[in-house]
Amino acid sequence: MRKILFVFATIASLNTGKAQEAVEILKKVEANMSSENRVMTTEMTIKGKRASRTLEAKTWAVGSTKSFTEYLAPAAERGTKMLKINDQLWMYSPQADRTVQISGHMLRQSVMGSDLSYEDMMEDRRLTDIYDAKLIGNEEINGRKVFVLELTAKVADVAYQRQMMWVDDGRFVPLRQEMYARSGSLLRRMETLEVRQIGRRWFPVEMIYRDMLRQGDGTVFRIKEISFDQPIPESVFSRAALK
Amino acid sequence: MKTAIKLALRNLLGAGLRTWLNVFVLSVAYVLIIWMQGLIAGWDHQAKRDMAAWQTGAGQYWHQQFDPYDPLTLSDSHAPVPPELLPSVNSREVVPVLMAQATIYPHGSMLPVVLRGLPADQKVLQLPTHKLDTAGFPVIIGSMMARTAKLGKGDVLTLRWRDRNGTFDAAEVTIADIFSSNVPAAEAGQVYLELETLHRMPGLHGEATILVYSDVHQPLTQLAGWNVKPFAWLSREVDEMIKTKSVGQSILFGVLLLLALLAVFDTQVLSIFRRQREIGTYVALGYTRWQVVGLFTVEGTMFAVLAALFSMVFGMPLLMWQARVGWTLPVEAGDFGMAMAQTLYPVYSLALVAGTVLLVTMATAIVSYLPSRKIAKMNPTDALKGKIQ
Repeated sequence: MRKILFVFATIASLNTGKAQEAVEILKKVEANMSSENRVMTTEMTIKGKRASRTLEAKTWAVGSTKSFTEYLAPAAERGTKMLKINDQLWMYSPQADRTVQISGHMLRQSVMGSDLSYEDMMEDRRLTDIYDAKLIGNEEINGRKVFVLELTAKVADVAYQRQMMWVDDGRFVPLRQEMYARSGSLLRRMETLEVRQIGRRWFPVEMIYRDMLRQGDGTVFRIKEISFDQPIPESVFSRAALK
Repeated sequence: MKTAIKLALRNLLGAGLRTWLNVFVLSVAYVLIIWMQGLIAGWDHQAKRDMAAWQTGAGQYWHQQFDPYDPLTLSDSHAPVPPELLPSVNSREVVPVLMAQATIYPHGSMLPVVLRGLPADQKVLQLPTHKLDTAGFPVIIGSMMARTAKLGKGDVLTLRWRDRNGTFDAAEVTIADIFSSNVPAAEAGQVYLELETLHRMPGLHGEATILVYSDVHQPLTQLAGWNVKPFAWLSREVDEMIKTKSVGQSILFGVLLLLALLAVFDTQVLSIFRRQREIGTYVALGYTRWQVVGLFTVEGTMFAVLAALFSMVFGMPLLMWQARVGWTLPVEAGDFGMAMAQTLYPVYSLALVAGTVLLVTMATAIVSYLPSRKIAKMNPTDALKGKIQ
C-alpha cells in the first residue's frame, strides 16, 4: 500500500513539476515577446485561392493595451487607421472619412480579409492568466530543440479551449502554435518562419497563420522593421490621431 | 338603344375584314392583359403560400432584439420560450426556432451560415425536419444553398461555431436531406438542425430566437420581450414587389391598349368620313344629332364586345393551358431574392376577367365617342348631299 501511495505521489509531483516548468517557459516567452513599447513596420500577405494581396502598415504599441496602426499600402487601404485602447477598437476609413468603433460581434470579423480577426488583435491577456500550461515533451523543429506545451483554458471566455505551443529551447520564441476547438478539431496553426535577434532578445519576424479548415496558403505576417522601448508621444493613442 | 345595338352590329358585320381586324387586335389585348395580370396574381398566391409553408408559418413571435438583416445580433437575440406559449409549443401549434451564427467549410472554402434549430417532429413548417432524427450530426439545407456550396445529399463537411462564451467548437456534419422551397430566405445561407443539438452547441438550453405559429394558434398580442409578427407583416415585401411589378405591367398594358384603341379610333374617323350620307339620312328620319353620336359610339364599343367574345374562342383554351403548364422563367428564380417559383402558374379570378373586360370596353367607348362628336357639328343637308365637312 505504501509503495502504491509512493508511486502516486511521485507521479503527482512529477506532473506538478512539469506544470511549473511549463508555466516558467510560458512566462519566459511572454517576457521575451512583450516590451514596454514598440514601433514596427509590417507586411501582411493574404494568400487567396486565386490571388494574394499584401498590406503594409506601421504600428505603435505600448505594452499590449494600446496600439495605433496606420496602413501604408496598397493605395486602396492607404490611410486606414486603427486605434486600440484596452478593450476598445476604433477604425478610421479615409474613403468614408468616418471613424467607427468596432465592438461586440464585429470583433469576430476578419481583418482586411486575412486569417486574423480583430479579436485576435485585441487579446491582451497574458497566456498564463487564461491557460493552464503543461510540458508534454521535447521535439525538434528545423534543427532547433523545442519544448512542447499544452495549454488548456482555465477561464470560460477564450476563443480556443486548447492550444499547443512549440517553444524554442533557449530563445523562448514560439515556433509553432496550434489552436483547437472544444471538440478537439484543429482550427488554426501559426508557424514562425524567421526568428531574428533584436538587441538582446530573439523575436519572430515572419509568421504564417493558417485556417486549417479552409483551403489556402494562409496569411503571412512579416515584420520589416521593429524597434523596442522608443519614446512614443501619448497623442498617438488618441481618437484625434485617427483623422 | 336596342335599335342602336342592332344597327351597330349590322354595320360592323357589314364592314367585314376591317371589323375583324379591330376585333382581333382588341382580343389579343384582352388575352395578354388577363394572362399577365393572372401571372402576377399567381406569383402573389404562390409566393405567400410557399412563405407560409417553408418560412413564416401563419405568423411569428420574434425576440425583441432579433433583426433578420443583422446576423451579428443573433448571439444576443434569444431567450427561454415564454411560459405563456409552452402549452402551444407542447401541442405543436408553435415551433421554437433557435438561430446562431456559424461557418461551414464545403470543399475547403469558407461560408458563413445561420444555424436554425427546430424540433425534428415539428409540423408547422414543411421542412423535412424528420430527417434530422437520425444518428450522427445530420443537417438539412435548401437546394439554393446546395447549389451555391456545391453540396449533395450525404456529403460530410465541417461546421464551426462559437459557444455563448465565444469559444470555438467544430464538428463534422452530414447533409441528411436537401429541400426545395422557392423561398430564398428559407434556403440561402441557412443550415437546419435538431433544436436539442443546437441548444447544446452554444449552451442555450430551452431558448429560442423566434417562435413560428400555425394557423390554428391564436396569437398573443402582449408577450414581454417578444414581438408578434403576423403573416401580413412578414409577407409585406411580396406585396411591395407585386405592387412595383403591377405598376410596371400597367405601363405595358397601357401601350398595348393604346395600340388597339388607336385602330378603333382610326376606324371610327374613317367610318364617319365615309358615311356622311348615312348620318344625314338618320337626321332626316328624325334622329337627333346626339342620337347619331350615340349610334356611332355604340358601334365603336361593339368592337370591345365582339373582341371579348372572340377572346373566349381562342383565349380561354390558351389561358387555361397556361394555368395548367405555367410559365417557366427564362432566368434563375432564386436570383430574384424573393419567394418565387421557377415556373409561375397564372391565377385568373372572376374580378380580374370582369375588370379587364370593363376597362377595355370603357376605353373603347371613349375612343369611339371622341371622333363621333364631330357628327354633332355636321350640317344635315350637306351630310345628305355627301359634301365633305
